[in-house]
Amino acid sequence: MTIPEPRNGMSLVPAADAKATKKEFTSDQEVRWCPGCGDYAILAAMQSFLPELGLRRENVVCISGIGCAARFPYYLNTYGMHSIHGRAPAIATGLATSRPDLSVWVVGGDGDFMSIGGNHLIHALRRNVNLKLLMFNNRIYGLTKGQYSPTSEVGKLTKSTPYGSIDFPFNPVSLALGAEATFVARTIDSDRKHLTSVLRAAAEHRGAAFVEILQNCDIFNDGAFDLLKKPETRDTAVVRLEHGQPVRFGVDGQKGVRLSPQGGLDVVDVAAVGEDALLVHDAHAPEPATAFMLSRLGNVDDGVTPVGVLRSVERPTYDDQVRRQIDDAVATSGPGDLAALLASGDTWTIS
Amino acid sequence: MGVRGVSKEVRQKDRVIIRFAGDSGDGMQLTGDRFTSETAELGNDLSTLPDFPAEIRAPAGTLPGVSAFQLHFADHDVMTPGDRPDVLVAMNPAALKANIGDLPAGADVIVNTDEFTPRALAKVGYAANPLEDDSLSAYQVHAIPLTSLTVKALETFEISRKDAERAKNMFALGLLSWLYHRPVESTLAFLQRKFAAAPELARANVTASNAGWNFGETTEAFTVRYEVKPAVMPPGLYRNITGNIALAYGLIASSQRSGLPLFLGSYPITPASDILHELSKHKRFGVRTFQAEDEIAGVGAALGAAFGGAIGVTTTSGPGVDLKSETIGLAVTLELPLVVCDIQRAGPSTGMPTKAEQSDLLLAMFGRHGEAPVPIVAPLSPSDCFDAAIEAVRIALKYRTPVFLLSDAYLANGSEPWLLPDVASLPDLRVEFATEPNHTKADGTAEFWPYLRDPETLARPWAVPGTAGLEHRVGGIEKADGSGNISYDPSNHDTMVRLRQAKIDGIVRDIPPLAVDDPTGDAEVLVLGWGSTYGPIGAAVRLVRESGAKVAQAHLRHLNPLPANTGDVLRAYRRVLIPEMNLGQLALLIRARYLVDAISYTQVRGMPFKSDELVDALRDVIDT
Repeated sequence: MTIPEPRNGMSLVPAADAKATKKEFTSDQEVRWCPGCGDYAILAAMQSFLPELGLRRENVVCISGIGCAARFPYYLNTYGMHSIHGRAPAIATGLATSRPDLSVWVVGGDGDFMSIGGNHLIHALRRNVNLKLLMFNNRIYGLTKGQYSPTSEVGKLTKSTPYGSIDFPFNPVSLALGAEATFVARTIDSDRKHLTSVLRAAAEHRGAAFVEILQNCDIFNDGAFDLLKKPETRDTAVVRLEHGQPVRFGVDGQKGVRLSPQGGLDVVDVAAVGEDALLVHDAHAPEPATAFMLSRLGNVDDGVTPVGVLRSVERPTYDDQVRRQIDDAVATSGPGDLAALLASGDTWTIS
Repeated sequence: MGVRGVSKEVRQKDRVIIRFAGDSGDGMQLTGDRFTSETAELGNDLSTLPDFPAEIRAPAGTLPGVSAFQLHFADHDVMTPGDRPDVLVAMNPAALKANIGDLPAGADVIVNTDEFTPRALAKVGYAANPLEDDSLSAYQVHAIPLTSLTVKALETFEISRKDAERAKNMFALGLLSWLYHRPVESTLAFLQRKFAAAPELARANVTASNAGWNFGETTEAFTVRYEVKPAVMPPGLYRNITGNIALAYGLIASSQRSGLPLFLGSYPITPASDILHELSKHKRFGVRTFQAEDEIAGVGAALGAAFGGAIGVTTTSGPGVDLKSETIGLAVTLELPLVVCDIQRAGPSTGMPTKAEQSDLLLAMFGRHGEAPVPIVAPLSPSDCFDAAIEAVRIALKYRTPVFLLSDAYLANGSEPWLLPDVASLPDLRVEFATEPNHTKADGTAEFWPYLRDPETLARPWAVPGTAGLEHRVGGIEKADGSGNISYDPSNHDTMVRLRQAKIDGIVRDIPPLAVDDPTGDAEVLVLGWGSTYGPIGAAVRLVRESGAKVAQAHLRHLNPLPANTGDVLRAYRRVLIPEMNLGQLALLIRARYLVDAISYTQVRGMPFKSDELVDALRDVIDT
């Protein structure tokens, strides 16, 4: 099989004649999230960021599942579908596979992606369908009013776990890396600049791009990410990964990450080991092993959370290859002839 | 083939039913397929019934491992694969034991004696060899060592003993082809193609087939040959076709006639998988086939493709429909075209995956939460799956609705000759996408309302992504009539539920009335059917009429909505009999809808009705 030349994720999507505005990407529908919800920040970032891509608005599609986050399409003045719980990646796969001229965004929560639709997520990732999958992770079920989710920490007290949750949670980034994803990133709802930069990288990636957005639910799980947000803790809790840069964090970058001689990663004092000893982040590494180790540095509760693009590699996309097989068949044998098809195989004539 | 050896008596027959039976690995389906092709080429009308176990290789020599293929061919119009075989080819004791009970007295039984070993006999519970006692005295038994004759015929070939033994089905085919004067050239050509990569095997199989033919010619085991003259059929170009292939072709034809790309989202499931296999070959037609991670993703992807302007199709069987129900409900409220092909099999749960049943009718009608009406179309024969698929797509595209196409395992795998249609005469399925705003705001600016309906069809506009100015959002939450914005308004919901129902009910104006076959016009009993029972019912009606009794027959293509005249038709008869391969699902709908005291006649044995039993059922109703 011929492998298509790697291209930008938007290279087959028609460009806009003129740069659009945030207002044009904002629908006339009243936004109905709870006051203070992290979703507002993500929506505002998306409404500002999408016009910057320079695409025709009518060629942008947002498909969601069910949950608070899944109301997202109603607020974007693009084409959109608010579908059913967990199934958005499957629906989007059908759309992206048949329409290369669309920029397809899938929005859901941790229930959508990690629980009821977990199967669709991992298969969309391994197939590498040209989809941008944004998971708003608030670590709680909000729309059903406060049950624990597959990303809730063990011991969490919720309406359905009055004695504390005994479910071991997923680390979504580890899961995506294990599912052969070609693009995996994590960002934070309140960090507009970082969020936008990650979204742009996802849009440009040709293939399935999974972005976990840590998002505060101020009603049922308020403060879940305070450690990553408060000025007094964020520097030591957030590990900002940048391709080609040594992995450093902490106040003034005092801490760093080093490959351990025993395998795995060590958190070290940079002053003690020197910067040259640190791991240099390579998002394009063909093997996901180091990215996986980075994803295991910690997961919010551990006090250390890596953010940024953990992995971004090129691999032929499913949808490109589907089109390639069709194009090749037509180029080799010509377009189908219905009468000839019906008369294929053994035939006989009665006169 | 020249005539060699002793000349044999040739008898004319008007019809023959042959059943090939053997182990799952004996190649009986292939043998049946080839005999069918030869028979079609000769010009007989025919109908076939493959009957195989769900297991790929069930334990050898056991009753559950028996695979059979039945073929009914005649010099006249054939409606069913036949009730009771005139000829049974039994490749081992299990095949004999599993099938002998279906044979009428005097039937020919050709057995492969090589397999009748004490161990093989004991495995299926034969205390004594039935070939050596008088238990088969009612039949014409032809005891032939098929395996050893084949091996001997192939002794000069450089092939393994196992490969030589495997060619015994071609020996049997050659013998049967001789017995019924079938032309074998197409089979020999087929073997060359099939074994193109192994020329020695190709020559061996051809030799085995010729050896079988010559054995018939020379042996004294057969003193008579038979001829079945070609049937009188409408002129034209014919091929033999199974229901699943016809269905796949119907979908491709729909794509060609609508100008829309075909997208199939599917997960493998018996007996529907052959549609996925077939469609995946036809990339030249722009067909996209997506083998999904599960049934839900299959229908979800099809719906996503439909949102983008494709013909979205999913193919499955009952267990898959269960899983797809939520997405079908979403399609109902999104009002997007979607075709759900349910190749019904015996349920509940896993049931009997390779056996036919019509027990998903009420699932298709009602198997979703909320008021979620879906049109239902059913094919009545294997080749009719082509036309039924086109009709399902037509309704889906025109009314922007999911449509159920209810085939079954019998239609899927059964075959019959098909008079190829003139492609140019197929229905024109072109649709128009919305391109302009359709509503004016209070301030005078134009906007697009995705739920502003066509006043006649009540279909909403289909505006596909990429169309400037028509950007809009659809979703599962209730929508305001017209604008499509989210609405929890109680009276709006009442309006929308009724509108969705009225749209489906209104399709009745767009389908033909129920036709009744009542030659004398004064029958008092009507037999009403749907789906694959058409053949057996038709054969039974013919037999009843030949005996001098009167009976009318009607068969439903559309199950939802039912044709406008259905009630009038039913009420014109003193009694109505509804045979079904379920426990009376159509009868329940008919009784509820029309208050007609229809009589339900049912069986769920996984096999089609036998005409004989329907004759008895009809006579009971006619006589009371």
